[in-house]
Formats: sequence, structure tokens, C-alpha cells
Amino acid sequence: MSAPAAGIRAIAEDIASGRVSAVEMCRDALERIARVNPSLNAFNLIADERAIDRATTIDRLRASGGPLGPLAGVPIAVKDNMCVRGMRTTASSRILDTFVPPYDATTIAKLEHAGAVIVGKTNCDEFAMGSSNENSAYGPVRNPWASDRTPGGSSGGSAAAVAASCVSLALGSDTGGSIRQPASFCGVTGLKPTYGRVSRYGLLAFASSLDQIGPITRSVEDSAVALQAIAGPDAMDSTASREAVPDFLGALSGHARGIRIGVPRAFVSDGVDSSVLGAFDAALDVLRSTGATLLDIDLPHAKHAIPVYYLVCTAEASSNLARYDGVKYGYRSPEANRGLKAMYSKSRDEGFGPEVKRRIMLGTYVLSAGYYDAFYLKAQQVRTLLKQDYDRAFESVDLVAMPTSPTPPFRLGEKTDDPLQMYLADIFTVSVNLVGLPGISVPCGLVETPGPAGVARLPIGFQLVGKMFDEATVLRVADAFERTTDWSRQLPPS
Amino acid sequence: MSTPLTIADVERIAALAHLELTEEEKHVFTKQLADILAYAEQLQAIDTAGVAATAHVNAHEAERDDELRPCLPVADALRNAPDGAPEAGLFRVPRVIG
Repeated sequence: MSAPAAGIRAIAEDIASGRVSAVEMCRDALERIARVNPSLNAFNLIADERAIDRATTIDRLRASGGPLGPLAGVPIAVKDNMCVRGMRTTASSRILDTFVPPYDATTIAKLEHAGAVIVGKTNCDEFAMGSSNENSAYGPVRNPWASDRTPGGSSGGSAAAVAASCVSLALGSDTGGSIRQPASFCGVTGLKPTYGRVSRYGLLAFASSLDQIGPITRSVEDSAVALQAIAGPDAMDSTASREAVPDFLGALSGHARGIRIGVPRAFVSDGVDSSVLGAFDAALDVLRSTGATLLDIDLPHAKHAIPVYYLVCTAEASSNLARYDGVKYGYRSPEANRGLKAMYSKSRDEGFGPEVKRRIMLGTYVLSAGYYDAFYLKAQQVRTLLKQDYDRAFESVDLVAMPTSPTPPFRLGEKTDDPLQMYLADIFTVSVNLVGLPGISVPCGLVETPGPAGVARLPIGFQLVGKMFDEATVLRVADAFERTTDWSRQLPPS
Repeated sequence: MSTPLTIADVERIAALAHLELTEEEKHVFTKQLADILAYAEQLQAIDTAGVAATAHVNAHEAERDDELRPCLPVADALRNAPDGAPEAGLFRVPRVIG
């Protein structure tokens, strides 16, 4: 295993003890990225110079006996929809092609304060809208396990970068599954924290009642370390919770004794690929062996989560993306001389890609006079029923287990002509965002399938969903699962 | 309420959303948005009488004292403008009134 694929704590300890310098570690990561990125297209930007400067600062700090943070010298990647001061941030959109943020997202400030070294910005679906990373203005990311498959989305570049051992931590954002689904497709671990656990300040907004930043890592332990570094209240985000942040690493007991896990059988049975069901059932057996008790639960409204999600998120997106008007930042059409209104609409038509326009259109429609009650209000009411389903389930269980995606990674181009088919792939992830709960996807299988270069192994993941602000139990049980299996230690062909 | 979406609807929405769509985009979106809205029709069968709407899941009060705090300097805020006028501290736009 190459150095950047080691765990966060191992890397930080090696640097703190002087076994390796932060600059060497950074060069290793940059060399790895330079080698694999031409075929993966996982990075929109590689920040060589800035990264080496930061690593040099860490090495100097160590040499002078200064205090080192828990991530000192650890190379990390950041989804290209989070602001890093002075570093081009595009959300993979033409409309932000030249945007250089004048401030840091809170997560970035916290990670850099902890000593992390940002090596680059990762490719994603435009404004995080997509489930395959094919909606990027900079081209799709390829799945490190099989070059004809998507890495999932929207945080496809982040998941691919971790899977390909470029970095041990990449930040993603999850509005309807955009951390968990690509983690599942790339055979890595992805955590969506509780809504409000992590500040969204500096995250380019897509759907503000759903968006949440979280870590994509190889191990659950790294996920816990990363969450510890980014969690907590923030004066710059009124939705960032003042809830106490527990010791996530300390919660990893290695077993699941006393934990009750609910399985929504009726919800999970329909339209799920047999390879996914097989891996999911095997994962449930492992959970039982680590001490958990499994119970059948019912989430009667979960099957309606897709329309609820796509009505709510597009309504919010249509409002959030109104800010891209060719005035304050971003792209302005050269045909801007026909007056203000034409400048707005021409710049937006040329600057946004098809999926973003489709969602702005849908959201504008469901918020417009005559349709608000029938669509938007109705969706918000069913959102309440969905929340009541989970509340009822959590009266008798501590966690809910589900597949992350109904299928293994699909082929590039397989669903691009039919947006509705693409949306249906999000069936197991979107309800978690609508209710605000924390959820993690961990690898639980590999299915063999014919590919362009012989037989490919495609990753399968499953998710554990916890109560509000109970990431500790989510991480504890995911870690117990990971210690009992070796799916997380499998690496794609290099 | 299941009225089919027309090109005229799509043009009306595009105007509301400040999007100047091409003729091809109008045709593609009419079909795709109609498909998605037809799928969303399933919600109409759910009984939501008396159910409150959930707009967000924030568990706490988000109010704070209304105090002045440092914010982005004007020069920094103007740096990304396609047509900024930093000497005036303004964004420049095409003529609004003829």
C-alpha cells in the first residue's frame, strides 16, 4: 500500500515522529495523482505549489517543537464546491469557471488549522446535481475499479481519489446521497453527518435544508477522525448546531453488543439488484456476529422519497442558483449588451449545463402560482410523514440498515438520456437527507462482471443510518463491521 | 391537476427563471419535465389532511444578537465581478433604463 493510502492517524504519527516529512508525504500524494488522474479525471485542480508550501510550514513547525494538529501533514482533497481562499472553485460549472473565493469554508479553515494539506479540488456533478459525475463541465470521472463505469455522484472525484489511494481523506457534500453513493460505487467509506453537525459556510449552496458536508475515507476510523475535526457550531452558519460534539474515536468499541438494528424489508425488496441484496444480507449476518440484534421495521412512506426529494431539492435549487446572474461573479455572456434581463438569461443559459437548467426549471415550476400547493407543499407534508416513519422506527431500534444503491456502479452513458431513471438510483439515500439523519456507507462486497479489460470487480456498499446527532453509534457499528470483514482493505487494480 | 406540460409552459417557466433556452432545449425539457411531474403524481394519492409541512429539520433556535461584525472588504467582494468598478465600489451592468 502506498503511503497516502495509510490511515490518517498513522500518517500524522509518522510525520510527528519524524519518520517521514510532511513534504515527502505531500510529494508522494502529488506523484500518485499525476500518475492516475489522466485516466480518472478525479481532480479539477491540483494545488502543487500551495500544498508543498503548507507541508513545508508543517515541517518547520515540527522542527521548532511547535504544536502539531491531529491532521498535521496529512494530504487531503476537497470537493470543488467548497471555497478555499485563493484557490479556483468551480462546482464543475462553466458559470464559475474563473471564480477564486475570497474566503475559506469553515470546514477548510478547521482542517487546515488541524494541519491538513490540501492537494487539490475534486471533480463533481455540476453544483452537486447528479448521481454519476457525468454532469461536470470538465468531463466525467471514471471508476477506479472499472473504467467503463461511473464513480457515482455527485462527489465522484472525491470517492475516486480515495479509492485510487491519492489521499486518505476527501471532503464531499451530500444533498441526496452524494457522499454515500459514490463511496459505495468506489469501495470506500462515506459519512453524511446529521444536518447541522457540520457548518455549511463556504459550501456552494444547492438545497439548503438538505446539504451537508462530510468525509470520504478508506476506513471508519478515518471517518471518525475527520468528523471530529470539522464538527461543531459556527457563527457563520445559523443552521450549524450547538449540540455537544462527542469523542467519535472513543466510541469505536469494536463490537455492536446491545445495538438494535432495524431492516426495512418491504422497502428493500423491490427493484434491487440480486448482487446488492446478496451482499446486504451477508452484511446483516456479520452485524449479528458482532453482537447486534436485527429487527424488521416498516418505513411506509420511504417508497415515495424520490418525488418528495426531487420536488424539495429543485425548489430550493431554483432559489439558491438565482444568485448566478453574471453580475457579482462568474460567467457573463459576451452578448450582454442587449440590456440587463437579456444579460441575465443569456449568461445563465450559456453558463449552466443541462441538468442544472432542468432542476432550476422544475423547481421554478413547483414554486410557481397554481402549482405550489399541489407539488411543493404536498412534498413537504410527505416529508413530515417520512420523518414520523423514522421517529417510530427509532423507538425500537438504534440504527437502520439499508443498501446504499439498488445496483452496483452503472456504465458511463447508461442513464444520461433519461433523467428520471438517474433519479430512481437515489431511492435508498434521499430519505435520510429529507429527515436530517446521519448515515454512513461502508463497503460490503465485490461483484464480478465482464469489462473492457477482462473481468472487473465492482464494489457494493450498504448504509447504517442513526438517530439525530448519534454519529457515535453509526461509526461504532460501522467500525465493528469493518474490523470483522476485509472489504474496506480491497484495492482497485492500479 | 394532471394537465400535460406544453412548450408554452416551459417558455413561461424559463422566463421566470431567467433562462434563455434554445428551441431544442425547450422541446427536450417539455418531455423530460412532463415525465418527472407524472412520476411525482404518486404523491397525490397520499392522505396528508392536517399534516404540517416540514421545510427544514433544524432542532434549535437560529436567532442571534444583531451586532456588527467584520465582513468581506469591498475590494475582495468585487474581485470576481465580470465587470467590476472597484474605483467606485460598484458592479457595472448593462443599461437598465433607456
